[in-house]
This record gives sequence, C-alpha cells and structure tokens, in this order.
Amino acid sequence: MPTAEAEIQELASREYKWGFVTDIEADSAPPGLNEDIVRLISAKKGEPQWLLDWRLKAYRHWLTMQEPHHWGKIKYPPIDYQSTIYYSAPKRAGKYKSLDDVPREILETYDRLGIPLNERAALLGIQQEGHTPVAVDAVFDSVSVATTFQKQLAEKGIIFCSISEAVQNHPELVQKYLGSVVPYSDNFFATLNSAVFTDGSFVYVPRGVRCPMELSTYFRINARNTGQFERTLIIADEGAYVSYLEGCTAPQRDENQLHAAVVELIAHDDATIKYSTVQNWYPGDPVTGRGGIYNFVTKRGRCAGRNSKITWTQVETGSAITWKYPSCILQGDNSVGEFYSVALTNHYQQADTGTKMIHIGKNTRSTIVSKGISAGHGQNTYRGLVKIMRGAENSRNYTQCDSLLLSNTCGAHTEPYIEVRNPTSKCEHEASTSKIGEDQLFYCRSRGLSLEDAINLIVSGFCKDVFRELPMEFAVEAQKLLGVSLEGSVG
Amino acid sequence: MSSPLLEIRNLHAGLKDKQILKGVDLTVHAGEVHAIMGKNGSGKSTLVNVIMGREVYEVTQGEIRFDGKDLLEMDPEERAREGVFLAFQYPVEIPGVSTSYFLKAAVNACRKHRGLKELDAAEMIRLVKEKMALLKMDNSFMNRAINEGFSGGEKKRNEVFQMAVMDPRLCLMDETDSGLDIDALKVVAHGANTLRRPDRAILIVTHYQRVLEYIIPDFVHVMIDGRIVKSGGPDLARQLERHGYDWVEKEAAALV
Repeated sequence: MPTAEAEIQELASREYKWGFVTDIEADSAPPGLNEDIVRLISAKKGEPQWLLDWRLKAYRHWLTMQEPHHWGKIKYPPIDYQSTIYYSAPKRAGKYKSLDDVPREILETYDRLGIPLNERAALLGIQQEGHTPVAVDAVFDSVSVATTFQKQLAEKGIIFCSISEAVQNHPELVQKYLGSVVPYSDNFFATLNSAVFTDGSFVYVPRGVRCPMELSTYFRINARNTGQFERTLIIADEGAYVSYLEGCTAPQRDENQLHAAVVELIAHDDATIKYSTVQNWYPGDPVTGRGGIYNFVTKRGRCAGRNSKITWTQVETGSAITWKYPSCILQGDNSVGEFYSVALTNHYQQADTGTKMIHIGKNTRSTIVSKGISAGHGQNTYRGLVKIMRGAENSRNYTQCDSLLLSNTCGAHTEPYIEVRNPTSKCEHEASTSKIGEDQLFYCRSRGLSLEDAINLIVSGFCKDVFRELPMEFAVEAQKLLGVSLEGSVG
Repeated sequence: MSSPLLEIRNLHAGLKDKQILKGVDLTVHAGEVHAIMGKNGSGKSTLVNVIMGREVYEVTQGEIRFDGKDLLEMDPEERAREGVFLAFQYPVEIPGVSTSYFLKAAVNACRKHRGLKELDAAEMIRLVKEKMALLKMDNSFMNRAINEGFSGGEKKRNEVFQMAVMDPRLCLMDETDSGLDIDALKVVAHGANTLRRPDRAILIVTHYQRVLEYIIPDFVHVMIDGRIVKSGGPDLARQLERHGYDWVEKEAAALV
C-alpha cells in the first residue's frame, strides 16, 4: 500500500492552469531603464508636467537606492533591471471606447482565467439576476482595458477608472493623494514603481456614499519580459464605504518576471475601505523552481480620519517570491486597522509577508490574523510590526500568527516586532506552529474522505478566520485555489 | 452458515521496531457483537486501527478479509466506503471544520461509492436530527468544529453519533466506554444497541466489563500479548471482572 506521503507527492505535479500566452500585438518600449524611458511612459500617457517631474524625482532617487536584500527571508539571483521592458500595451492601446473595441483575444484571456461568471459578465457589461454586480477594471500588461459599470457608479459620484484616466479627468485628486501614503522615496520597489508605473486603478468614493457593488481589478502579465507596475489609489471620503477586490494571474514563462505594484488607501472620518486580494501569479516550475513572478509589492493604507477603518485581506497562493506587507497607519482617533492573511508556499515558492500597524491616534485598534501554510520546499515567513506611538492612548493590538507545515522540507518563520511607547496601550501576540497531523488525516480518511479532500478540509479549517473576511464569491474561489495549489503537498 | 463479514487470519502487525500483533485470528459474522478484552498494551487498539488501515502500523503477515474482499489492499478511505467504521479512542480535533460540513462530505463520499444518491442539505439535516436525538445531543454540535473544545464524554458521544449517521456494516468501537460517566455510558450504549442489525457487526474493544452490561456481546475474546487466547460468551466478561486476567494468562501458558 502506498504511504500517504508518496501519494501526496505523486499528486504534486499539477500544472499551472493559467500558464497560457495570449497572442496579440503589443506596443512595447525597448528594454532597459533610463530617464528617456520614464519620459516616454509619461508622454505615451499624455501626462501633465507635475507627474513627469514626480516620476523623474523618483527615478533619480531610485538610482541612489540599494535593492533590499539583507532583511527579507528570500533568496533570488540579482534582477537585471536593464533587461526588463517597462512599457507594453496591446496595439490599439489607449482606452477602448466600448467593449466591442477590446480585442477579442483579451476578452478570451479573461475568460480563460476563470474570472467568476458574474464578473466575466460584468466585464461584458451584463448584469445578471441574483448576482451582486461587481465592477471590474482589468489591467492587461500595462494598460487598463475595460472598466465596467462606470456609469452606474458615476450616478453616485463614485469614480472608478484606470489611474491614467484619473490623471486626465481628475488631476486634482490624483495630485493631492498620489504618494501621500507611500511617498516616492519609500523603498526600492515603491520608488521604482513611482518612476515607471503604467496603469492601475483609481477609486474615489464621495462623502457619505456607500459603494453599491464590489469593485474589482484583474491583473494579468502577458508579454514576455515585462514588468508590471500598477499603481492603485483608493480614497474613501467622510463616511464612505468601499470594498475592493484584486485578483492576479500570469502566463508561464521561463524567466522570472517582476511585479512591483503600489497600492495606497486613504480613509477619511468614519470611512471604511476593505481591500481583498487573491493572488495566483505563476509560482515557477514545480521541480526546478524556475520562472514565476517576483511579487514585490508595497501596500499601505492611511486611516486619516476619526473612526475610519481599513481592512486588508489577502490570499497569497502564487508567485515565486511574495514580498509584501499591507500596512495601516492609524492616524485618526478610534481608527481601526485589520490584516487577515493566508500565504501558501508550495514547491520552491518563498513568501515573506505580513503587516505593519502604526498606532498614532488615541483608542486605535488593530487586528492581525496571519495563516502561513508551507508545503514542498516552500519557505514562509510572517514579518510584522506593531508600533504604538507616544500619543496613542488606550490603543490595542491583537496578533495571531499560525503556521501549518505540510512537509519535512518546508519552512515556517515568524518575525514579529512590537514597539510600544505608550503605557496605556495593550498588545497581545499569539503564535502557533503545527504540522498537519497524521491523526487528523487518518481521522478524515477513516470517514471516507480521500487524502486530498482530507488535506483541503484541514487547511480550509485552518484558514477559516481569514476566508470569512472575504466577500462570498471570492472566498469560494480562494478556497478552490488553495486546493489546487496544495495538490500533492504533504511529505 | 453464511460467509463471515470479517475474517482475520494469523495477523502480525506492529510499529517499525515493535511487534504488537502476533498472530490474531478472528471471525465475525453479520449480526454479531464481539467484545475484545485485555490489559493495557495487549494490542486491542492496534487491532482495530489496523483493521481501519492506519498507516503507522505495518502488517507483516496474515490477512484481513471484509465481506470476502482483501482489506489490506485498500486505503483507509476505501475501507470506510466499503462500510468499516472506527469510533476512535481519542478523537482528534479539526479546528475550523464544522461537524455538519465534515459529516456531509463523509456521508456523500461513502454513498457515492455505494452507488447511492448523494444527500442534499435538507436530507442531511433530517438524517442528522434523527441520529442526534438518538444520542441525546444538542443541536449546537453540528456548528461546532469537530471535537474542538468537546469534553471527553462529548467526543465519545460524537463518535457513536457519526457511526449512526455513516451507516457502516462493521462498527469498530475502540474503548468508547472509557472516560464516560454512567449516564453518558447508558446513552452511548443505547445508541450502539439500536445499531444492532442482522446485516451489521459490532466489535467492541474495552478494558472493563461494565460496558458489556449494557451492550451484551455474543462473543467475548481475551487478548494477551498480541493474540486472542480465549473466547467465550458474555459470562467470560464477568469472570474476567471478578478474577482479573491472571488465570487466563496461566491457562494460556499451560496450553503452549
């Protein structure tokens, strides 16, 4: 009788389902990075002078910076920034006037990505009965190709468009908020992004408006050797509410591709922003670890106003390397920051992820729930900072950090930092590490569940606290994705 | 007589460096209740775990046939689907997985294998309600994560409840009585007794005769050092209760 381990190993070699390439003509800049490329990107997008100046400032600053190799628990060969293409757009780029103008191949691509039915329909502008509508902004390589439901949203005064469009149509908002949470000089990858970002989403929800639908972006890296540098900016004005979903996939390539995005969130008084991510970039070859996305992302939210709230929920199952720390600056009194995370590393994937909660205002509260799952040769690190500043009277943090190991060759690491400068505050930290139990697996199997189902069941249970923070359809998708990513992973 | 439901011949099994079962022979027919008694470490629990297919135990010799099929060729889940059920001595906790979700998945995996229609949510609730009443269980059970935060008694009751829901043909009960107070024992025994059917067999592993006052076995076997050394009727259990195991050991030694 084969052992459970052997069987699990055997199941391990499922291919990456989204590893196809869409054949469309692209308008690309030559590889390499210099001031001319920055100018070219800006010119292609018809940007105002202030934005070009900002990009150039970032670029010049970037030249003085070092890639942060020393502190993250990740290993990768040096990235050749001169061989990356910084701008690639499908030919006939620019914003399509209607969905009929979007090349069929692109729509088919989203189709093949298995974007949930209602979202696919949404992408086509069809509202289905019984489904909560979801507005989708789709970023294909560097250009945003379709934004649905714009009109319906506009009636409520909500702006949801690509950031390029926002630069054209709402320059005052972009200029006011761009770089206000993640300054151009923030860190190596964010600074690079500031210099060369090509597109991304922009959301503005005006005072007192509750966004009536989930807003969503699907990213896909298609062209060879392109870096994807999106920039997302979400502003919830006083009393506003918005829930934003982000999904990511990429085709399979031999070379590692760079993805360095920046997301900035701003929540004013009494505003709430929920930002959910399901990340499924190509993780690299399961056997050699080659290829796969380098996901170096800076995500940060500012709870600027009183009683504001920002919730980050992420399910990270893909990428060769995941390096991201969605953070909250809790500036307004009584503001709330939350971080719910599932990070899964299988095969040769590496994840160094966590959050920063910076408590500045009084009575600020933060919750961190991190679930790390390691399988194969995966390395999974939780890295978190809870910082209570001097003025943050009565602030609270609760951190729960659990790791589940599925093999004897993987690793789980926890690096929590807590800095407290106010004696009235309270921080709690709980952590656990466990290996998926032979007894648990046997218990499930003795009830008739296959080994695979047993693993999925146990892992889903482990992640439950995070999944329940996701919007319903997304949670279902995330759970399936986890199952796929885990196949053949106990050893 | 009909062919046996469970037939174990010369079964040798153990951990990597420790032989535990040293030639077990046992024949169980449908409709029968068998009890296996013995001291700690005699191999009783190992036996039922090996029947269920626990992979930490290695079978080195012998065979187990269930309804004529070679059980040792099957994975644990196949054995379950064929109709073998183990009520665990120490049921494990599975955090975050509700009992209802778990049971529905389990029941349907087995039903599918047996060529039966899978139960939908409503049918499942009906089935579960009926069995919960049988075990005098609270409705909240179903929404709690499996065994998480359950008391010892609740865990055991949950095992017998699952046994009732899963509708197995062979029920293996591994010291289900241990850790139960007398009231809980009566409930669990009542549950097990209602499961007695002409087409189903029950194999109870226990230290104590007490449970056998409530679930009257047809056969009692004494296991010593990995072998069944004596078999008899319900009286044998009472004898053991009164006189301990020493006389059986001596008797067995004399026979060798």
